[in-house]
Amino acid sequence: MHELSIATNIVEIVKEYTDKEKASSVNEITIEVGIVSGIVVHALEFALEEAVKDTVLQNAKINILEISGKAKCNKCSHIFEINEIYTQCPKCLDFNSDIIQGKELKVKSIIIE
Amino acid sequence: MCNTCGCEGKDNSIRINKPGEESNNTQHEHEHYHHDHHDHSHSHKTEIKIEQDILQKNNLLAERNRGYFEAKNIFALNLVSSPGSGKTSLLERTIKDIGKELKLYIIEGDQQTMNDANRINKAGAPVVQINTGNGCHLDSEMIQQGVKKLEIEDNSVLVIENVGNLVCPSMFDLGESKRVVIISVTEGEDKPLKYPNMFHSSDICIINKTDLLPYVDFDVEKCKEYALKVNHHLEFIEISVKTGEGIDKWYSWLKNHKAI
Repeated sequence: MHELSIATNIVEIVKEYTDKEKASSVNEITIEVGIVSGIVVHALEFALEEAVKDTVLQNAKINILEISGKAKCNKCSHIFEINEIYTQCPKCLDFNSDIIQGKELKVKSIIIE
Repeated sequence: MCNTCGCEGKDNSIRINKPGEESNNTQHEHEHYHHDHHDHSHSHKTEIKIEQDILQKNNLLAERNRGYFEAKNIFALNLVSSPGSGKTSLLERTIKDIGKELKLYIIEGDQQTMNDANRINKAGAPVVQINTGNGCHLDSEMIQQGVKKLEIEDNSVLVIENVGNLVCPSMFDLGESKRVVIISVTEGEDKPLKYPNMFHSSDICIINKTDLLPYVDFDVEKCKEYALKVNHHLEFIEISVKTGEGIDKWYSWLKNHKAI
């Protein structure tokens, strides 16, 4: 449900930049979504379809880059890949780790004409 | 649907009211960009690097809220859980038991009705109800507006009871000092694994309705073990709001953290 408020935030952010550049439409937008950001990519795509109507983004190609997850074990400093918020360190089997990559949720860039 | 902010229209717009007020439709403030359109012949494509966090707007306003709370020494809590875990009952009891020692202010969040705010009002604390309409979580802008209505004194405790939802509120910083997640023993001990984002983003976990433990298959230690996997910093308090068992630990936690 909140993917819609994420989608409308994306439109607002882009509009700030297109207003500054005095561009009336966006060709392409690139968005980064981390695998443990809490956002479901296809739900975001669905929400964006609705949110971009009658805005500068309505004809834009939407690129969503999924960023992989990485965690660092606080016990043995091993860095390992994660797909969920909690994953055991494959080296020492402890659950005490911090996520260092994968929570991204950002508008990376736009291409305007 | 409003193209600016996604709200559904007049009947479902955000409303912020004190108990007894007329239903005020508080519309979002929409930013309008007024500028002249110039004809530029852009025949080339330009890439503009943005690199902006999508939740930046909420997060910046959350930090402003945080700064406001710090300046006025307000201990602000974001109370989250599934619907029916006992958030409102916990607040009612807290207000009745220690409302004289701690100055408590409450912000209630629900899709519809003033029910929770009315309960808090009856318990004796100043309260404001935020109705989100179709929204599934509170955000920092709603809190900012709610706080303005409440006129909170310095050195108080503000408890924000979020919309009952174990998913969406986890993503939205409200500017709170601490986030409290509540789970009741009727919900299943594997909740922390099934809803990891919420438990991961919380500071303390209250396990409520312990008076029902003899009647349900809920393993408290297993629940804590699961929660610690998701968040190794989590502290736990086991209580029964109904019987009062363990509730002193909650009051001690509140008073100790408020003093920091």
